[in-house]
Amino acid sequence: MGLKRKDILAIAEMEKEEIELILQTAESFKEVSTREIKKVPTLRGKTVVNLFFEPSTRTRTSFELAAKRLSADVINISTSSSSVVKGETLLDTARNIEAMQSDIIILRHASSGAPYILARALRSAVINAGDGSHEHPSQGLLDLYTIKEKKGGIQGLKVVIVGDVLHSRVARSDIHGLKKLGAEVHLAGPPTMIPLGIEQWGVKVHYRLEEAIAGADVIILLRLQLERQGKGYLPTLREYAQLYGLNSKRVALANNGVLVMHPGPINRGVEVTPEVADGLSSVILEQVTNGVAVRMALLYLLSGEKS
Amino acid sequence: MTERILIQGGRIIDPAAGRDAVGDLLIEEGVIREIGPRLSVKGSCQKIDAAGKLVVPGLIDLHSHLREPGFEYKETVATATAAAAAGGFTTICAMPNTNPINDNQSVTEFILERAKAEGKVHVLPVGAITKGSKGEELAEIGELVAAGCVALSDDGRPVMNSELMRRAMEYAKIFDVPVIDHCEDLNLSAGGVMFEGEVSTALGLKGIPAASETVMVARDIALAELTGAKVHLAHISCGGSVHLIREAKRRGIAVTAETCPHYFTLTDDRVRGFDANAKMKPPLATRRDLEEIRAGLADGTIDAIATDHAPHAAQEKECEIDHAPFGIIGLETAFSLSLMLVEEGLLTLPALIQKMTENPARIIGKKIGQLGIGDRADVTLIDPAAEWVVDAGHFKSKSKNSPFIGWKMKGRIAGIVLSGVWKSADAEAGR
Repeated sequence: MGLKRKDILAIAEMEKEEIELILQTAESFKEVSTREIKKVPTLRGKTVVNLFFEPSTRTRTSFELAAKRLSADVINISTSSSSVVKGETLLDTARNIEAMQSDIIILRHASSGAPYILARALRSAVINAGDGSHEHPSQGLLDLYTIKEKKGGIQGLKVVIVGDVLHSRVARSDIHGLKKLGAEVHLAGPPTMIPLGIEQWGVKVHYRLEEAIAGADVIILLRLQLERQGKGYLPTLREYAQLYGLNSKRVALANNGVLVMHPGPINRGVEVTPEVADGLSSVILEQVTNGVAVRMALLYLLSGEKS
Repeated sequence: MTERILIQGGRIIDPAAGRDAVGDLLIEEGVIREIGPRLSVKGSCQKIDAAGKLVVPGLIDLHSHLREPGFEYKETVATATAAAAAGGFTTICAMPNTNPINDNQSVTEFILERAKAEGKVHVLPVGAITKGSKGEELAEIGELVAAGCVALSDDGRPVMNSELMRRAMEYAKIFDVPVIDHCEDLNLSAGGVMFEGEVSTALGLKGIPAASETVMVARDIALAELTGAKVHLAHISCGGSVHLIREAKRRGIAVTAETCPHYFTLTDDRVRGFDANAKMKPPLATRRDLEEIRAGLADGTIDAIATDHAPHAAQEKECEIDHAPFGIIGLETAFSLSLMLVEEGLLTLPALIQKMTENPARIIGKKIGQLGIGDRADVTLIDPAAEWVVDAGHFKSKSKNSPFIGWKMKGRIAGIVLSGVWKSADAEAGR
């Protein structure tokens, strides 16, 4: 069985079986990264373009490494400005890249839905590497992979997502993926950061962190986008840290063996105290390791290679 | 100019006269001369067979954006009026958010001259309430009205300053013109792309809450009550506004309201897939809002159906939805979309025609939108049973930004009589 789609745009659009296929495929690729020669010839001759319209180190490097470990040729195009500001439309940019015979385009963009413009217009496969506040499917998949690896499965787990859900594309991808794989999803954050109507997705919303994390198996912390502070969402970071910061005392309310996750970069002392971020429950760095394997799986499955 | 036209055997609906009967209509020298079950005319006469067709007053759109001067790459007076004629309109009101803004006599005169030279239908300019539509100082309203403006609006923007809006309403009373408000609280809607709700949450797009419209509707009703001015609320999109307007009317406050076909046809679900042709302001709301809008149309809370025809060039809409401008074209699809309300039993045909003829005319205080003897002969002929498919290639509008492309619709415009001159839709389309 292969993927039923040309592009990876959103976990919301994926079927459970496709998610499971990606996670299984990632498992076999994780081993490659532990070898002394961390490279397989799977995508030799293929061209992967990293098109990043937003600053990113972690995701861009992870995709680049994943492509290189599969022996693809990788081109990185980074620009902090929007295509419109640059004067060229996103569609024209994409058409130019495709004219260079790309096979897979990985797009990060500040506007929700931007990868859909590319996916509709291009023959190349398109991977959404984060679009506005919409989705970040590869991050969601690596989160699912990490939970499954550590917990042996996802069905029936209580997973709490904490923080700025309103602006978080990671939260959206996580929620869709977790729900499809049978987890019980809880959200915790100030009401200003909980988007309207999200209860319709079958999640439970809490405004008090303690109440949310009681009996949790997994706690996913979201990055507080510091640039949003001062726009009326929060009085101060200090107050946020007091109400929603994860510390050892709060972790103790969760189940034994709770996993603490964070998509990074961490604001230490705001979303999480250093002792929790670096503590035994934290799998934050393992998420980064698994990210490469999951992205290798995505590139492999989208390239149409037969196993 | 043809001297005499006899429109024969159509279903003549004239809500202003309470007429709904099959018959003939005779036009002579640009005015309606006679209406009767079967007219016999001596001498030469252009005969139009209207059997099976509706013969109604020329449709009036209270809310069109002609884009000229300033944005001719989107639309011009010539193309907008061609689209209007194709949509069955004989009169359209031109919103002032051109460049320069229609806040002074010279711009009004320019629009009227263009309309006279190239227009396919009558154009009635709407002047700005404030200079540059900046919401800071009143425009020279008297001069605008003298030049031919039939209403005042800063459309595209609200007048955020309530004190200034109060003064505008008071001042407009001198000239007996309505003040048309674009109801939006700019603070609540800032950065918003679509309606705030489950769909905006799913798409990760910044939402505009319904309250952005309703707080301004409530304010305008309060100011209408305070000033006694004629206040017309543009493009009403959500249920909360319908409730406020219904209550205001019950209390006898002189407010009128319009909605647009997209608000009773589409919901925010249409934005899924990130199609910028579903991006408009106010944004498409929920199914519940849509039902409330329909109820408001049915019980008379909403007086008129307007198009908010807002042309934008293809490249402006083929981009990230955040960057795309708000608005869709509407002149060529408005009647067929509205006819669905009749098909669904929500409005009678005369009630629908009233919302597109008599009521808009009453709101701007013009003696048009009716088929009285001696009235200017602006008539629309419609084949209510004919089906058509919306094809972007057939639009007369210069822009093609419609979410209805590909829709199958009923109710084809057969043609219009404009000031006594018959313009067959087939002939105009080269069919």
